[in-house]
Amino acid sequence: MNAAIRTLVLSLLLAPPAVVQAAGIDAQIERLAGEARAADPAFSAFSLERGAELHQRAFAGGKPDTPACATCHGKDPRQAGQTRTGKRIDAMASSVSPARYGDSEKVEKWFKRNCQEVLGRA
Amino acid sequence: MSALYKPSRLRAALSVLLVLGPGFFVLDRALAGGGHYYPPVSDPLVIEECGGCHMAYPPSMLPARSWQAMMASLDQHFGDDASLPAASAARIERYLMWHAGDAAGSRHAGKLLRGVSASAAPQRISELPKWVREHREVSRAEWADPKVGSKANCPACHRDAERGYFDDD
Ligand code: HEC
Ligand code: HEC
Repeated sequence: MNAAIRTLVLSLLLAPPAVVQAAGIDAQIERLAGEARAADPAFSAFSLERGAELHQRAFAGGKPDTPACATCHGKDPRQAGQTRTGKRIDAMASSVSPARYGDSEKVEKWFKRNCQEVLGRA
Repeated sequence: MSALYKPSRLRAALSVLLVLGPGFFVLDRALAGGGHYYPPVSDPLVIEECGGCHMAYPPSMLPARSWQAMMASLDQHFGDDASLPAASAARIERYLMWHAGDAAGSRHAGKLLRGVSASAAPQRISELPKWVREHREVSRAEWADPKVGSKANCPACHRDAERGYFDDD
């Protein structure tokens, strides 16, 4: 997983308003920050702005019908999204969906799939 | 007397029936009311892994050989990568094949499979001959409705699809 994506998760995790977060999220942030630092020594901190920009940016490397994360998740991470087949996706912001990001295996599984779809690489 | 008919075994079998009995009656009523019931997925792992991108389709809508072929090619699943760790994949495949439309005991649910040749392993429910016939009357405009988006989006039209009913409209 690349550092930009980690930035995105973190900005979603940190997005206000902060409510009670599910156990394990702090550990998740630690893990991702560690990976980011290992991959890029210049990495200093996660950024809400860079995450928001990344969430909406249209990429050309993935599948034509899913250029951006926001294609399926919607522009506002506090709102529900929808898959290409029409299934509802619960909001990505942990302030709205506190159960998210608690399970690192699940997080990695979906990054692998969806980064492939949107960016054309995992 | 064979071991099978020992009274103790009989009693055990009877109590199992007593426990399961009411469930059978409920199922029976569902089948009697229209006869169009496709038992929804009940395994949480299958719901989690096969119900994220689209509804978790009732396994009885495809034959076992279709599920087997699908589970062997999850990395290229209708253009998506739906691959899974081997242990989860094996458990899901077992569940789907056990509840497939041509599995023993699913004579009601298997009716969507009419007209499917015994050697074919269709991958889309929405391309089964019987499915196509049932949807002949659906207009182009209805398919194009943005709330539908895809033939695979059964719940857009079938409100009770997730509960196993597709004859509501
Ligand atoms: C990463 C997303 C994703 C996951 C996970 C996924 N699928 Fe799919 N599946 C799709 C897409 C995309 C389609 C094509 C849908 C369309 O045509 O709109 C599809 C289509 C299908 C269809 C055919 C639908 C039709 O048109 O009749 C079946 C059956 C199916 N999937 C079963 C499964 C099973 C079983 C699993 C779990 C092992 C699974 N899917 C997991 C994305 C996924
Ligand atoms: C655009 C709307 C629409 C979509 C999407 C759709 N259907 Fe249907 N379906 C209908 C209509 C309309 C009928 C015919 C009316 C009826 O029998 O209730 C029908 C009939 C059926 C029937 C026969 C019902 C009966 O009486 O036994 C089945 C089974 C069925 N659909 C399954 C599916 C499945 C599975 C999917 C997804 C793979 C699906 N449908 C997607 C509209 C839709």
